[in-house]
Amino acid sequence: MTLATLSLTQLRQKLLAREISPADIVRDLAARRDAVDPAIGAYLRFDADRALADALHADISLPLGGIPVALKDNINTTGDLCTCASRFLANFRSPYDATVTRKLRAAGAILLGRCNMDEFAMGSSTENSALQPTRNPWDTQRVPGGSSGGSAAAVAADTAIVSLGSDTGGSIRQPAAFCGVVGLKPTYGRVSRYGLVAFASSLDQIGPFAGSVEDAALLLHAIAGPDPMENTSRPIPVPDYTAALTGHVEGLRVGIPKEYFVEGLDPEVASAVRAAIDWFANHGARVTEVSLPHTPAATAVYYIIATAEASANLARFDGVRYGHRAPDAKDPLDLYRRSRAQGFGPEVKRRIILGTYVLSSGYYDAYYNRAQKVRQLIRRDFTTAFESCDIILAPTTPTPAFRAGEKTADPLQMYLADIFTIAANLAGVPALSLPCGFSSCGLPIGLQIIGPHFAEETLFRAAHAYEQAHPWKDRKPAL
Amino acid sequence: MSASTLDVAYVADLARIDLAPDEKALFQKQLADVLGYVNQLQKVDISSVPDTPIDPHLPTNVLRLDEIRPGLPTADALANAPAQANSLITAPKIVE
Amino acid sequence: MTYEAVIGLEVHVQLKTATKMFCGCRNQYGAPPNSHVCPVCLGYPGALPVPNEEAIRMTILTGLMLECDIAPVCKFDRKSYFYPDMPKNYQISQYDLPLCLGGRVLLDKFAFPKETQKDPIAEAKKPIRLVRIHLEEDVAKSFHYDQASGIDFNRAGTPLMEIVTEADLRSPEEAFAFLTTLKQILIYGDVSDADMEKGQLRCDVNISVRPVGQETFGTKCELKNLNSISGVRRALQYEIARQIDIVSSGGTIRQETRRWDDTAGQTFLMRTKEQAHDYRYFPDPDLLPIRTDQGLLDQARARLPELPAARKDRYVADFGLNDYQASVLAADRRLAAYFEQAAAATQAKVAVANFLANEFLATEPDLDQLTLPATHFSALADLVASGKINSKQAKDLLTEMLASGEAPGDLVKRLGLEQVSDTAQLDAWCDAAIAANPRSVADYKAGKTAAINALKGFVMKQSKGKANPAVVDQILQSKLR
Repeated sequence: MTLATLSLTQLRQKLLAREISPADIVRDLAARRDAVDPAIGAYLRFDADRALADALHADISLPLGGIPVALKDNINTTGDLCTCASRFLANFRSPYDATVTRKLRAAGAILLGRCNMDEFAMGSSTENSALQPTRNPWDTQRVPGGSSGGSAAAVAADTAIVSLGSDTGGSIRQPAAFCGVVGLKPTYGRVSRYGLVAFASSLDQIGPFAGSVEDAALLLHAIAGPDPMENTSRPIPVPDYTAALTGHVEGLRVGIPKEYFVEGLDPEVASAVRAAIDWFANHGARVTEVSLPHTPAATAVYYIIATAEASANLARFDGVRYGHRAPDAKDPLDLYRRSRAQGFGPEVKRRIILGTYVLSSGYYDAYYNRAQKVRQLIRRDFTTAFESCDIILAPTTPTPAFRAGEKTADPLQMYLADIFTIAANLAGVPALSLPCGFSSCGLPIGLQIIGPHFAEETLFRAAHAYEQAHPWKDRKPAL
Repeated sequence: MSASTLDVAYVADLARIDLAPDEKALFQKQLADVLGYVNQLQKVDISSVPDTPIDPHLPTNVLRLDEIRPGLPTADALANAPAQANSLITAPKIVE
Repeated sequence: MTYEAVIGLEVHVQLKTATKMFCGCRNQYGAPPNSHVCPVCLGYPGALPVPNEEAIRMTILTGLMLECDIAPVCKFDRKSYFYPDMPKNYQISQYDLPLCLGGRVLLDKFAFPKETQKDPIAEAKKPIRLVRIHLEEDVAKSFHYDQASGIDFNRAGTPLMEIVTEADLRSPEEAFAFLTTLKQILIYGDVSDADMEKGQLRCDVNISVRPVGQETFGTKCELKNLNSISGVRRALQYEIARQIDIVSSGGTIRQETRRWDDTAGQTFLMRTKEQAHDYRYFPDPDLLPIRTDQGLLDQARARLPELPAARKDRYVADFGLNDYQASVLAADRRLAAYFEQAAAATQAKVAVANFLANEFLATEPDLDQLTLPATHFSALADLVASGKINSKQAKDLLTEMLASGEAPGDLVKRLGLEQVSDTAQLDAWCDAAIAANPRSVADYKAGKTAAINALKGFVMKQSKGKANPAVVDQILQSKLR
């Protein structure tokens, strides 16, 4: 039997019981990765030798001692490449650790490998990676979702126990739903962004992927908390999330937002989510309808604010201090124009151009300023809704995983794939996706649980109780 | 706001990205679609949102003491530079 | 037709914090290239800024010293433009909510160039209004070679204040006085060393001319590369003449940026105003707003020093100094502190001021070299006041004291300078003088009282300058009566 299919919790028990060693886990993962990843392409890099060397020194008395963790390739790690799946950073070797990297090391985790993603986290299918494609383990004709597609696919394919991704408009939850794993976007300010290559600073959050809710809770516990290096991280203590895993939902007030059950929602997704809601209703939760009236505007707001912030965040990629430099530039202007033209893929260029435009003189008020105001309304929607409920249940995505190439020609259709996940980023609230069934052709369906700011415990409690009753996670893709 | 006000060539210049002619034409169309979509925001009633330049939800005064922290050794700071000389990062000549 | 100049300044001031604005790298001038850098100030992917509270306090303090309104709440914005010396290709700055608004600087007479201090305008204490002061991060420093430019990021991210004036200045001399006064105040507040040659204070000038009486402004030019306060004055003198030359011969001024060449003594065209920059300002999402009314303002206020103008007034009122002495001593924070130490140890405060402001400063000293105890000046003043030495001797003693660092009392003994007030000795010298100068004695007795000076001179000569002139005068008068 391979250790690769076990959960973090199971592996920790075995490690503490001295039944296995950290190196055993790394070896099994490496073997599994060699066997199945060529068909998936979840990993950009996988350094088994180094992970084995680290495994020998792992301190299993630490919370994540001896547990390998895979990272999305936009999280800085000293001495490692950090490519963001971009040609621009193909050879960029980071001189520093992100705060989450530092915390993982401090928790005893073994840094395992680096996962593919949409270039600079811009995309919903991982097809925007400039380095390689990643496919969905459940159907390799389909996308794993994005932008953290590699991190989700690795956990789904059992080539990683747990992994980290980043979520700006759904980039953890949407691939988690597509790949049938648990993915959490924490509250904005819960996990330090220091060392996460910025896409949209007011929306980005790092979060865990895991095979189970408990594993996700353990991983979040290790990476969460205030950070003096990060101005927007919040000084709120990190609770023991596993203590919230009570296994019941009695008395939980569950809100169902009518705006999420609309035209365009795949009937199989709708019925899987409805069935999950019924389970909550039948197990002591009080289910009511709530309204998030500004939901239809969320995607529009997002594509203004996220691209505006990105246009400035990605201005630093200029070919001067690091990254791709176009040869033989005659002056700095020429250097910028050609280095960026050569280093960025089309989606990155499109978003930089859109973001530059909405901030430019004469358009700022009509676009950026107005979008910020509508964002306030979206935030207010959640505040109002959470007066009458503890969590909100909704589909994570309108459809299960779509086919590779299906939406690449039409950016707008690709953007609409994130229609249910974006609002949580705009409001800064935490949201989790977990499997709630399969479509008739065997694709996973995600249930999204959204909570108030810093209510991750409630999300874990609800998700864990549902998961205990619905062992979808025991179904594995045929690879 | 009309989507036609987006001149991709002009904005790409502001953003310092050279675009090939076919790329320019493609982006012009694709971004016009996106702008057409985001223009729905013009219809949202925002009159209830106060016109404050600072988001009232944000915490304030998260500051750093004026204390020195170790930075990068010069060699590490230069390690990623595409070109360097005499501990300086070099770039095509800046003409003022 | 007569023309007047209309001048506005944008002054950048480096704050003397220990660390940079948004990271913990050392803020230090003159270190080896790229030795004070980190992922934050190099603009590395994923690095994030955290504001230095001391820089914010220093900017508030500057605002208080310059009579600005301090914003209760402010924020940082991103200002986007591409330049190799700018690590992120946006500068963290403040756009619509700067820390300080308004404010003014009163031009002190003695801040004007020496030869213009008697002009009426120098007497007027003219107020120069400020538009605002905001806080931002500095850019890196570039060095230009034949083929390439080299960039040192040590300066990148150091805290920088931008002080913007209204177009209230009307002459190169006023600009000189403004910068001189501003520099004094910045040093008093201990917020900057404000040395233009080290780039700690940098100044861009907007200058236009118009016929006297015309309300609207003429087309302005921006001057760059101004590396000293006197250089600003020279550049303005040149540029005003150039512009007047053009308009008075029927030409028009183009809006352009011009570079001052101090060696050539001319401004040269750098660039004509191309299309306006589109800086795409927006609030920096990496940084939280700053409230000044929850401690920062009070902390800054507690540091508010007595400013040069107030100190000058106090010297005049409390110590009886004249305007010039008071201004000169108050102008420099270190000199003023030194003076006050010296003045505290003697009643002869005016004499101390005189030694420092008139005698000592005339030697154009380097204040760094002023290491002798301030009480030496007090002792020197006391020697004169008590009549132990005369003022001529005092000057010599001062020179000797500065050279050797010896205390005045010791010097008097070593050099045998003590005045002779012993009546028997003086009596003998006076008798000798009367005997040797019968003609002067006769003149005096005939009513030419000035003739006594010749007798006094004889005594001083005999005594090698040590006779107490006042006592000699008394003795001679009584002997000749």
